[in-house]
Amino acid sequence: MATTTQIPAAPAPAVHRPRRRWGATVFGVVVLAVMLFPLYWMINTALQPDASLVDVGPVPTGVDFSGFTSAITEQGTNLLTSLAVALGAVAICLAISAPAAYGLAQFKLRGSKTIVFGTLITQMVPGIVIANALYSAYVDLGLVNSYFGLMLADASLGIPFAIVLMRSFMVSIPREVIEAAEVDGAGRFRTFVQVVLPMSRNSLITAGLFSFLYAWSDFMFALTLNTTDDVKPITLGIYQYIGAHVGDWGSVMAASVLSAVPAAVLLVLSQKYIAAGITGGSVK
Amino acid sequence: MSSTTASAAALPADPKAPAADTVKKPVNPRSAKRRKSLAQWGFIAPAVIFMALFFGYPLVRNIVMSFQDYSPSTFFTGEAPFNGTDNWSNVFNDGLFGKALWQTILFTVGSLVGQFCIGLALAVFFTRRFPLNGILRSLILLPWLVPMVVSGIVWRRIFDQDTGVLNSFLGTIGLPGDTPWLTSTSMALISVILVNIWIGIPFNMVILYGGLQEVPKELNEAAALDGASAWRTFRSVTLPMLKPVITVVLVLGFMSTVKILDLVLALTDGGPADSTQTLGTLTYQNSFVQMDFGAGAVVGNILILISAVFAVFYLRVNRNEGK
Repeated sequence: MATTTQIPAAPAPAVHRPRRRWGATVFGVVVLAVMLFPLYWMINTALQPDASLVDVGPVPTGVDFSGFTSAITEQGTNLLTSLAVALGAVAICLAISAPAAYGLAQFKLRGSKTIVFGTLITQMVPGIVIANALYSAYVDLGLVNSYFGLMLADASLGIPFAIVLMRSFMVSIPREVIEAAEVDGAGRFRTFVQVVLPMSRNSLITAGLFSFLYAWSDFMFALTLNTTDDVKPITLGIYQYIGAHVGDWGSVMAASVLSAVPAAVLLVLSQKYIAAGITGGSVK
Repeated sequence: MSSTTASAAALPADPKAPAADTVKKPVNPRSAKRRKSLAQWGFIAPAVIFMALFFGYPLVRNIVMSFQDYSPSTFFTGEAPFNGTDNWSNVFNDGLFGKALWQTILFTVGSLVGQFCIGLALAVFFTRRFPLNGILRSLILLPWLVPMVVSGIVWRRIFDQDTGVLNSFLGTIGLPGDTPWLTSTSMALISVILVNIWIGIPFNMVILYGGLQEVPKELNEAAALDGASAWRTFRSVTLPMLKPVITVVLVLGFMSTVKILDLVLALTDGGPADSTQTLGTLTYQNSFVQMDFGAGAVVGNILILISAVFAVFYLRVNRNEGK
């Protein structure tokens, strides 16, 4: 189209069109700046030496990591707890939902439809209602204040979503591929592990990512299913932190920044999976 | 069929199969069929059991609990005597319930309208082609990655009446810079809604953007050729095509908003003077602060009832979409 050599010939359109398009970019940047301001402010406050003062500068002048040092000292173990609980929840979630998704996608069993329907319904049960009933059951079973108890509860956040997501993927695996594996002498379970799972890698990653994010950001189960400080994820840690150290915003914000790091790393590593999961899991 | 013999031969490698004593003996087709479907259920059973325990059981348990008298000592003595409808009448007679219900409605409607309108506007905006479109669009998702309770705490800092950046910014540009965002009973709920709108915009934008991509461009071009204005084309062509996606976005948004807990606890803890108490926080307060699980269960059941109405609505829409 309008190459550089042609500019003298047709000056008006060549200049006009790009400018209009860059106008939209400028607008987009402004929108983004407004949307991301709270995150920027979180980082900015975390890096200020006297973050509790009124006049926190718009940019950190002297970068000061003391907020981060005290956040790591005081919240480091909670970060590790979050990581352990979230990874455990992902493992439970995938171990339970991947076979189920396969079964619901490929086997013709009576009742499958009802189960898929039930899975959709469970996504609508308010978490606090689950916590309400689980608490007394957990007390009886000795699961209060335990890592395993919290992993199980957190896995429940991801399981319905993971089943729906992986099932919608596994439906499209051709029957012939599975039958061929079975003809070759593989059992149903081996076919699943060696043929179906590798083929469904992308949907497994997406489901795993989302269940990690759900478990990592869980606050409600952490708050309700723990009565001591034995198992304290970072979300609960930060919440209790503002109760105790309201003046020390630098450390609170530093801990907040750290709580966003794993998710940010995951996003960078797997952006395309996340985008696919968001649209695939919620619309279909 | 060959698949039955194949799976029988490979049974030892299949830990979920019922038993290993079935290797290669002539079986009648009916019991073979039953064994096959048993093995198949082995894949699905763990999920069904899990969901029964973590979703089904709580639903039933909450109904039972709402007729029981729980006190802090219940967890030592293990005794929670049935008390008829006492919990229900206590909750309904307490003015706080009505207040929380009304505030839940305001919070949900306010959040949904704000999230949806801004999300849709941004989705439409991003359908235009301009440099850096893709990067800007994916960066807008960033707020999503921060745990909600952490977002709440960051906003709590921003909203601080005396030392928060929002008031100091408003003061700099000549507006009144002393709004008690979270500390006055008249402003707190509005502030919480504003934060929740901020949280919901990325979700609405992504889903609606995806929906807009599906609208055939030829339709809009045809409308434009017929002389329709951009707004008219959007209203009469794009919106009707987008309707299924809009319904899904609104229902999912409703589901996640009506039960909100994290955000409110982080921003205001339900205060000041219960002005941001919602059904979600009220359930929490009743059960886990006052240790009256019976009362908590009553509010929880009402929350379920509200969600159930919308669940039916959602499934209806979903089913029609499938065809």
